[in-house]
Amino acid sequence: MSVGENAIVVDLAEMDLRSANEKLQALNGTAETGHFKVRNPRGTHALACGLDAPVSVEIDGSTGYYCGGMNKSAEITVHGNAGQGVAENMMSGTVHVKGDCSQAAGATAHGGLLIVDGNAAARCGISLKGADIVVKGDIGHMSCFMAQAGRVVVLGDAGAALGDSLYEVHIYVRGTVESLGADCIEKEMRDEHKTELRELLDKADCKDVDVSEFKRYGSARQLYHFQVDNLDAY
Amino acid sequence: MCGIVGLYLKNSQMQDQLGQLFSPLLVEMTDRGPDSAGIAVFRDAVSGNETKFTVFHPDPDFDWAKLTSDMKLELSAQVRLQHHDSHVVLVTDANSAKAARWLTEQDANLQIMSSGTAIEIYKETGLAEDILKRFNVSAMAGTHAVGHTRMATESAVTTSGSHPFSTGADLCLVHNGSLSNHNRIRDRLAKEDGIVCKTENDTEVAAAFISSRLAKGRSLHEALEDCLTALDGFYTFVAGTRNGFAVLRDPIACKPAVLAETDDYVAFASEYRALVSLPSIENAKVWEPEPAIVYSWGDKS
Repeated sequence: MSVGENAIVVDLAEMDLRSANEKLQALNGTAETGHFKVRNPRGTHALACGLDAPVSVEIDGSTGYYCGGMNKSAEITVHGNAGQGVAENMMSGTVHVKGDCSQAAGATAHGGLLIVDGNAAARCGISLKGADIVVKGDIGHMSCFMAQAGRVVVLGDAGAALGDSLYEVHIYVRGTVESLGADCIEKEMRDEHKTELRELLDKADCKDVDVSEFKRYGSARQLYHFQVDNLDAY
Repeated sequence: MCGIVGLYLKNSQMQDQLGQLFSPLLVEMTDRGPDSAGIAVFRDAVSGNETKFTVFHPDPDFDWAKLTSDMKLELSAQVRLQHHDSHVVLVTDANSAKAARWLTEQDANLQIMSSGTAIEIYKETGLAEDILKRFNVSAMAGTHAVGHTRMATESAVTTSGSHPFSTGADLCLVHNGSLSNHNRIRDRLAKEDGIVCKTENDTEVAAAFISSRLAKGRSLHEALEDCLTALDGFYTFVAGTRNGFAVLRDPIACKPAVLAETDDYVAFASEYRALVSLPSIENAKVWEPEPAIVYSWGDKS
């Protein structure tokens, strides 16, 4: 996506974070589109948070914690790395990180799509609640911990304890998985899963990637389902 | 919380700028630790038979001139003194263990912050920016430095409870996190290695543990690997020796860490924002250190 000539420049060398976020949030609650270019992010925390309009935001450089947090409808691109909790609690829209992400990328996100071109560190997609995450590199340990709903696609490898105490997130990994967490198992890749994975890869501009190279992981449903045998315990 | 930073210069032509490059890193980490701040800087190595001490006394009117003349007389040694606010750098050709013992016997409030050949440690309660000014850190040349901004959790907000900690010649450690088995290790170090920790602080125990491993002939890299099995708790460590610089995170990677490397330097910070003032940071290799992996530069012996 290119930013048109009418892009509004938000330069953090010239204004503080609060003013920058107010500028980015100016169209909140409307259906108006707008284009923003953020300069000199300098690793600032909580940048482009709480957007609620179909605007596009291009950030020139690396961000700190919680970039794009609580995003609704906006399309945010980080031309650099993102710190902890990028797109945390996203509701809809897209956050695209061109570099690497730190820990807890997409934590608790309810909707929308998080794309990471590089690697995501530990706890990627922790407590995911419905969003989609596509990581083109590797993800760190304890990813998808207690994740409830949504889809996570990893083109590289996954670290230790993947999907520990997982609920109903579909996890697709192309590379190796260091270890699976409690109650996370490899599952059969049926046609509907191949279709779903194909759609996600296409959305993340990975059209050349073959779905047959992936394995699917999900919940064994032994931890969170009520077992009638345990009735006496209550 | 706590903030930690480190800068190790690979390009010796940049040594004049060490303090100037390093200071903004520490200032940016002030909101992670507003209680106290401290730095260890490696510079101006003394000659082979000399030892360099950084010594602190809480009384601004303490009679350093008398201490120096007494030391010269009683230890029949050369002593040079340089004042840096509440700290002094004392260089002597007396036997280092003897000199250290003599110094601590003079006054109960006198504290040796560091000893070795190149290391100097400056730490105080208060904000990083003020402390850097008091010690004129930006004017310091040197090879590498580590720093810490402290939000106290394990022990009181005092100068001696501030980081960095040094427990052996030319060794320093800064720590973000908290250790849960430090009392047991403190006892074991005292019993088995004869190393007595001076404070209640958990980080001092980790520093003492690393010293004990170095004393057994382990390299800095190996000594940090030994931490993985011995220490329990949360930690991101940055350690410095005369020639070495190393980083370790606990196996869970509880505490944040970012490394950046160019042909000229290796830089560490708790958060990326602390590194943005460094030259060519936009072209540096920037990565998050993996949990339970030791990263080290310099000293591989």
